[in-house]
Amino acid sequence: MYRIRFHGRGGQGMKTASRILGSALFIAGFEVQDAPRYGAERRGAPIFAYVRAAKEAINERGIITNPDLIIVADETLIPMPSVHLTAGATADTIMLIRTAENADIWQKRLNFRGRILAFAPSIEITNPEHQHYIGIACASGAAALIKQLSWNHLEEAINAELAEHPQRVIDQNIRYARIAFTSQSEGPKIAEGTPVGINDTSPPLWINLEFAPAQISAPAIHAAKTSVEVKTGLWRTHRPLIDRQICHHCWWICSTYCPDGAIQVAADGSPQIDYDHCKGCMVCLSQCPHHAISATPENEFNNAQEKGTQS
Amino acid sequence: MTRLLITGNGAAAWGARLSGCEYLPAFPITPQTEIIETMAKWIDRGTIDCRMVTLESEHSMIAAAGAAAAAGVRVFTATSSQGLLYAMEMLYTVAGWRAPFVMVNVSRGLASPITLEPDHNDIFAARDSGCIQLHCSTCQEVLDCLIIAYRLAEDSTIRLPVIVNLDGFYLSFTREPVVLPDPERIKEFLGDYTPENLGFKNKQPLSEAVAVLGGSAYSYFRYQAHLAALNAEKVFSQCANDYDHLFNRNYHTVENYRTADADIVFLMIGSFATKAKEAVNRLRDAGKPIGLVRPIMIRPFPEESLRQSLNGKKAVIIVDQNLAPGFGGVLYREVAAALYQSPGITPPLLSYVGGLGGRDIAINEFFAMVAEAEQTADSKIPPPPRLLYTSKELKDIQKMQLLAQVKIETGEAL
Repeated sequence: MYRIRFHGRGGQGMKTASRILGSALFIAGFEVQDAPRYGAERRGAPIFAYVRAAKEAINERGIITNPDLIIVADETLIPMPSVHLTAGATADTIMLIRTAENADIWQKRLNFRGRILAFAPSIEITNPEHQHYIGIACASGAAALIKQLSWNHLEEAINAELAEHPQRVIDQNIRYARIAFTSQSEGPKIAEGTPVGINDTSPPLWINLEFAPAQISAPAIHAAKTSVEVKTGLWRTHRPLIDRQICHHCWWICSTYCPDGAIQVAADGSPQIDYDHCKGCMVCLSQCPHHAISATPENEFNNAQEKGTQS
Repeated sequence: MTRLLITGNGAAAWGARLSGCEYLPAFPITPQTEIIETMAKWIDRGTIDCRMVTLESEHSMIAAAGAAAAAGVRVFTATSSQGLLYAMEMLYTVAGWRAPFVMVNVSRGLASPITLEPDHNDIFAARDSGCIQLHCSTCQEVLDCLIIAYRLAEDSTIRLPVIVNLDGFYLSFTREPVVLPDPERIKEFLGDYTPENLGFKNKQPLSEAVAVLGGSAYSYFRYQAHLAALNAEKVFSQCANDYDHLFNRNYHTVENYRTADADIVFLMIGSFATKAKEAVNRLRDAGKPIGLVRPIMIRPFPEESLRQSLNGKKAVIIVDQNLAPGFGGVLYREVAAALYQSPGITPPLLSYVGGLGGRDIAINEFFAMVAEAEQTADSKIPPPPRLLYTSKELKDIQKMQLLAQVKIETGEAL
């Protein structure tokens, strides 16, 4: 059975990616199970989706804990511990990361036991307007690594899954799919995982859950402090940057509109964005009367800093 | 034959569509599901001839469903978790009307705390409402059971609402291959809804707001609903048989998977039961005689079928994806009650509570439950009921408690 897990953010098309890959495998004659999994239902929140494919009926369900292939749509997810990106990976697992950096760097950074493949985003998809095409690139990269899938299976799946969209959207998807499929077609073959038998696991470390008083065991969050400690800045896909040359110091506008109170005002009246907590909603960008705020993809902000915009 | 990848939500919508549902009352906001969204799209495009009405709550939605069924049209509706609880008062009411319709519940854990993932306390809260309950483990079964459910609801020996239950995420959002039956043959299987002496019109009024005092009349009506519900076990078998002849898919009130020569069996309902099937297959690979007993029907409780399934087993592992605080796993207690008066059929029962709020049950936990059941088969003394919960999970919750400013040692907020 192939067990494939996609990691991305809401809005990047991970659910669609899993469905396109699932459909392609189904068209190619596999039994398939695909599903998205998300907590916070909002743009930018980490989500994952998974696909199982086998030649016989599938009884496994739910989260894939022993992936053969992990696809990472967005490298900014990697520092988030709650994403559990590498969960269940073994020396046989392949991880495909959409990144401009090379695979060796990630291999070392993540201390990953399996093999990492870097998968350069095509220039067009770095455009924030094209974020939702990231999914098709991921699905197509994955399809190329499953050597039992042909381009025709993939193209038929794209046409089927996107049938309700206008033709130009389908064409654009097929264009991106072709680039990604070709880029990975020389890649290594994904190995099909085996069933998990009774000698392949160790016993669960069950405990007897003991009584704790309600002061501890009621599900309450005490003190407003927790919203400081939770670094919601990790939710961002794009970072608002203030151009100091254009900013007119009408700080009350951006700082008032910011729904998270993440814009403070310095002594000189200049607004300062708290990137530990800014969720990247871009309300400030749309409200700034002088268009002094721009959005930069999170993984590129270092370059923007060098150009003299605000940190 | 059309075989497509469809979610559990999609399969439910297809089931309602193929059943020729004519009226769809719906509360359209969370926790409503894609079932209604899918139906709404078909109605909007003229694909199906069905009237959809949005109501301001699940409570009103069920009132509308019951009233429309009493007016003589085929009704479908759907809800989930908190929505089912909000509808509870009217569920009892319309079951008392003996109004036949089909509803889907997408099972999810109940607040508090809030969660999104599957758990059966929502649907178990409706156990005593008078509605028939069918619990599905695959998307195909959702479609098939929903169609069979109309036959049950409308059968003159039953005439009660039927709830078809599917698990949130594990079925509702999960696509898997589903065979869409031929619509003409479904018509042949179901026939038209004959509302018997219901079907009220202006000229033929019908009062359902009946009050009876003194208890005697109330006892009569309530017990009649009970007797009608009991009939559903036999009628299900007949309908499933007809369905099998037409569509070559075979259902029973209780599925017995590799149980014939099994010494130890799992007993589970819903989608997590397919995980048990996987474990059974792997244990069989290792030569262990293990099986799975899976009730599809929960109301009426298929006591006789369960007795037959469990007769001669050396131990039964019951995994409850629900918890009655102060009582334990509900299914465990119901099975125990069913077996108590059956001399000779009293295998030791092992009670586990697992999968609450969608908590995964890992395959090594299935293996570990079997190891405990093997010991029990020898000793005849089952271990105390257990929550499937690991030391790592407790560490994780303690980290969350720190973040939530719960002081672990004294319990005082910092």
